[in-house]
This record gives sequence, C-alpha cells and structure tokens, in this order.
Amino acid sequence: MIRGRGLERRYGRRRVLVGADIAVPAGGFATVTGPNGSGKTTLLRLLAGLIIPTRGTLEVDVERAQIGYLAHEPLVYRELTALENLELFGRLYRVPERRERIGMLLERFSLWDARNERVSTYSRGMTQRLALCRALLHEPHLILLDEPFSALDDAGATLLDGELEALAGERTLVVATHDPQRVARLTTTTVALA
Amino acid sequence: MGVLRVRRYGVDLTSTSIRSLPGLAALAAGLMGLALVLALIVVAEDQDQGVSQRIFYIHVPIALTAYFCFGLGAWKALRLLWLGEERYDLESYVAIHQGTIFGALTLITGSIWAKASWGHWWLWSEDQLVLFLVLFLFYCAYFMLRFSLQEGSRRARSSAVYALFGVVLIPVSFLAIRLAENLIHPTVFTREGPQMAGSMFATFCIAWAAVTLLAYVLYRVELAGKRLDSDLRDLREALQ
Amino acid sequence: MTYLTDVAALTRKDLRVELRASDTLPAMLLFVVATLVVFHFALPEGTGDGAAYGLLWVAIVFTALLGLARAWVPEHEHGVLDGLVLAPSERSAIWLGKTLATLTFLVAAQAVALPTFVLFFAPLDATALAGVLLADVGICAVGSLMAAMAAAGRSRELLLPVLVLPLAIPLVIGGVGAAVSPEAGRYLLLLALYDGIFAVLSWASFEYVVTE
Repeated sequence: MIRGRGLERRYGRRRVLVGADIAVPAGGFATVTGPNGSGKTTLLRLLAGLIIPTRGTLEVDVERAQIGYLAHEPLVYRELTALENLELFGRLYRVPERRERIGMLLERFSLWDARNERVSTYSRGMTQRLALCRALLHEPHLILLDEPFSALDDAGATLLDGELEALAGERTLVVATHDPQRVARLTTTTVALA
Repeated sequence: MGVLRVRRYGVDLTSTSIRSLPGLAALAAGLMGLALVLALIVVAEDQDQGVSQRIFYIHVPIALTAYFCFGLGAWKALRLLWLGEERYDLESYVAIHQGTIFGALTLITGSIWAKASWGHWWLWSEDQLVLFLVLFLFYCAYFMLRFSLQEGSRRARSSAVYALFGVVLIPVSFLAIRLAENLIHPTVFTREGPQMAGSMFATFCIAWAAVTLLAYVLYRVELAGKRLDSDLRDLREALQ
Repeated sequence: MTYLTDVAALTRKDLRVELRASDTLPAMLLFVVATLVVFHFALPEGTGDGAAYGLLWVAIVFTALLGLARAWVPEHEHGVLDGLVLAPSERSAIWLGKTLATLTFLVAAQAVALPTFVLFFAPLDATALAGVLLADVGICAVGSLMAAMAAAGRSRELLLPVLVLPLAIPLVIGGVGAAVSPEAGRYLLLLALYDGIFAVLSWASFEYVVTE
C-alpha cells in the first residue's frame, strides 16, 4: 500500500529527511522510530500528502478521503466544543451517520461528559483524545499517528492501546513513536530514521 | 478503489544553452546603439513637443517590453500550476524580475519625459505612468513574498498565483485609473493610423526591436546564471 | 449542494469562533472609529467633503487589513488547516467560507463606522453605500487568499498589507468614485467587474496555495 524509496525533504538549505525507505503492505503496522529531528513527522506528512518530497519516489495506494492523520498538533479548534469540532470534520469528511459515530467515539475515549465544553478548557490528555477521535472519525483505511502516546495520561494511553489492538490487521497503520516497545507486539515493519 | 499516487521527484539538470548568448548580446548592444543614435540624433524633431518627444522612442518600447515580461511571467506561472514542472518557477521569476526592471525604467524615462514636456517630475494625470506605479508596487511585493517563503513547492505555487493576479490587475487597474482621471496622453497609434511620419515610425520600430532583444538577452543571461547557481548547489550537496 | 453546505458549515464555524474568542471584531470597531477621529484632526480647516470621502476609504482598507490579518489565526493555532486540507471536501470551500466570514465582520464594523462617518463628516448616499459593499467583497476575496499566502512565511504581518494594497487601489478608486462622482454608475460597474474577476481567480487559486 505504501512504497517509498530514497525520500528526501528539504526546507530551504536544511534537509530534515534524507534517503528514507518505507514499504508497508495493506493491513500492515509500521513503526517509525528515530531521535528528535530525524524526520518522523516529516515522513508522516509526506505519507498524508500534505507535503511532497524534494527527492525520491513515493506511492501511496489510497485516496485522500481514506487517510486519518494524527499530527503533533491536535488539529482541532480551541474555541469550539468537542461536539462542534467533530460535527464540522464529520461533515467535511462525509462521515455517514455522523451523530452516532461521533457519540460512539466520544464515549470510547471518555469525552462524552465534556462534549459541550470548549477545547480551550481541556487538559492536554483530553485534547489528544479528541484529536484521536477526529483522526478516526471517518474510519480511514490508512491511519497515520505522530507520537500518539506523548500527550496522553495513563488512562488515555490504555484506551489507545486497546484501539490500536482493534485496528491492527484491519487497517494500515503507520505510527511514529519514541517508545516502540509499546507497540512492538503489533508491529509488522519498522522504519528507523537516523 | 484506491487511487495510485506515484510521483518521482528530483533535480532538473536541464541546462540552458548558453552558446548563442554572446552573439545575441552583441547584436542587442549593437541594435540598442543604433536605436539610441537614431532616436536622439538622426530622426527629425516633432513640431509640437520638441526635444522631449525623443525620449518617447525609448520610453514606449520599454513600457511595452515590461508588459510583455509580466505577461511571460504569468504564462510561465500558469504552466507551473498546470504541469507542475519545477523549471517554470525559475523562468517565471526571471521574467517578472526583468519586467520589474523595465518597469522601473519606464517610470524613470516617463518621469524625464514629463519633466521635459510639462515641467513636473511626476504627473498623476498621466495614466500610463500611474498604472506603472501601481504595477511596480505590486511586483515589488512579489519579491517580498518570495523572500518570506522558503524555497520549495509552496513558494513556487504562491509566486505563480501572485504572478497571475498581476497580469489580471493590468487591465483592471488601467480601467480604474482611466476612470479616475480624464486626461491627455499622446497616443502613438490612433485609429486613423500612426501619428508619426515614416522615418519616425521606422525609428520607433527599430527602438522597439532593440529593447525587446535586449530584454530577451537579459532574460536568458539571468536564467542561465540562476540555473548554474542551482546546479552548483545540487552538485555540492551530492558530493557531501 | 454539498459544496454549499460545506461552505455554510465553515462560515458558521468562523462566526462561532469569533463570537467566543472576540478577538477581531472589537478591535476593528475601535480601530475604525479611532481612525475617523484622527482624520478629523488630520484634515486642515476648510477641507472639502471630497477629502473626507477619500479618508473614509483609507479607513475602510486598513480596517479590512486588520480583520484579514487575524483571519487565518484559528486555523494555524492548532494546525487545523491541515485537517481541513486533508478532507475530501473542496479546498476552495475553505477559502469561500473564510471570505464570507471576513466579509461579515467587515460589514459589521462598517455598520458602526459609516454612521459615525456621516455624523462626523459628510452624508453617504445609496451609490456610496453600494460602492462600500462591492468593495468589501473585493477586498475580502483577494485578502483572504493573500492572507493564506502570507501566513505560510515569516514576517506575515508586514507582508499582508504589502500584498493587498496594490490590489486594493482599483477598489479605492471605485469606492470614492461611487461616493463623489455624478457618474457613480461607471464606478460601481468597475467594482462589480473587479469583484467578478478577482473573486473567481481567488476561488480557483486557493487550492494551489494550500497544497504542494
């Protein structure tokens, strides 16, 4: 599903990703590891199609509508409530049976009680959970997660573990993380960036 | 069904042929020299306007060339957005750069003409001059835009869109300025035909050809220079 | 149809965000009224109405710039723009939603500014108001696009006015003409032409500005 060779991305004179290769079959679980600044985020953005490589070849066998992306940033509006955020993205991502799906996700990630409060009042953990809801809202075939565990508290991390468990094998996942051990049992491919 | 997105990216080492440049440059210089001699010395003076009218032979071709360069820049910009090939970004940029230079020259020669003809260094009543001022501001902003963005696809696309806006701005601004002022600007070609006598017309045409050729040579030289710069940087990186 | 509902959803979102964060509209209101007061002191004794109309347009343009500078801030705050761009909906809908929202704020600010102008300086007739509305559309359309371009780079607060002002010149000509000229119709036509051309151009170009 994903094939990338010799991927490179430059910002002006600075190279943030050099000679990266990645190959992930459909249903695979790829873990991207590497120190800070090695280009994990950049690689994920390339896969999402937000940026293009300055060098190399990239094949991503999936429509834009089928990609779910969890970035470093939460990608939600601070001044809107969880419900309003998911309503908007649900509409834009053409989620069928929007209300039910939103309700289900909010419940699953323990955000139902806070659904009518603005994101600006949320803790980091709550915001990250909402971001996850947003990324998974449209049941994407390709899920890209950039350091998903970083902002989560223990309860949230456990929720995510369960979620990843459920998704692995059914969907294609690419997870960038500092803590590859956590997802080691699910990993089918590892991409180590220098 | 999934959509396959396969893209290959990389360095475009298309080299611009520079062999013909010295010859063209010499021709341009020669033709410019001829044009200047004809315009400033040889051709008969206009009864109404006197000496100041001579600047006209240089001013108008420069203005026309500036328009052409902006148009070329916009065309290359369109190609970039349409075809996505990197090289159009540089070509568009160089064309607009040349256009801006010639635009500045238009303002300068126009100002000289205004001083010589009407006694003022600047006249708001001169539609063409005002139009060029607006365009000059617009295209200076183009460079500011480019400086503020990092090299890459984002910068290329934003620059291209801006270049397209520029070329659309030309007729709209012209209309606006026309509406803003009603005034006399000696038109070169009236509906009855050129207002100039035979020798004057010939001089004008030679001057126009000279300026156009000069612009073309400058465009090619700058483009070749920038491409070599870029190639050199890529080679350095490849060797690191 | 989905396109229009997308746009409606996006505009509604912008209005909601502004209503809750209250960053932009109060600032625009205060700015425009304060500017009008400054103009009173800036105009020498005995200056005709014509100068006042001219300055009104300066106030309008700079108030619009103020609003435009803040236009994309909610999208950049938590990187939300990426989420919008990745959606299967049309990218141009993002631009249209934003333009309509900015237009709403500008008109709202003018609902206060114009009566204030009439109070301080000179009357405004129907053609003058029509001119203001048409010019609003133009400046918001072009400005939203330019703001998106500038936002991607550094020194964006400085860059936005530089990018927008040359493009705003025909609008100012049209607006002032509609207010003072006996042949106001021609100026309104100019504004309509500007709006038509540049709105379509902005609408079509937005996609290229936010993607690579």
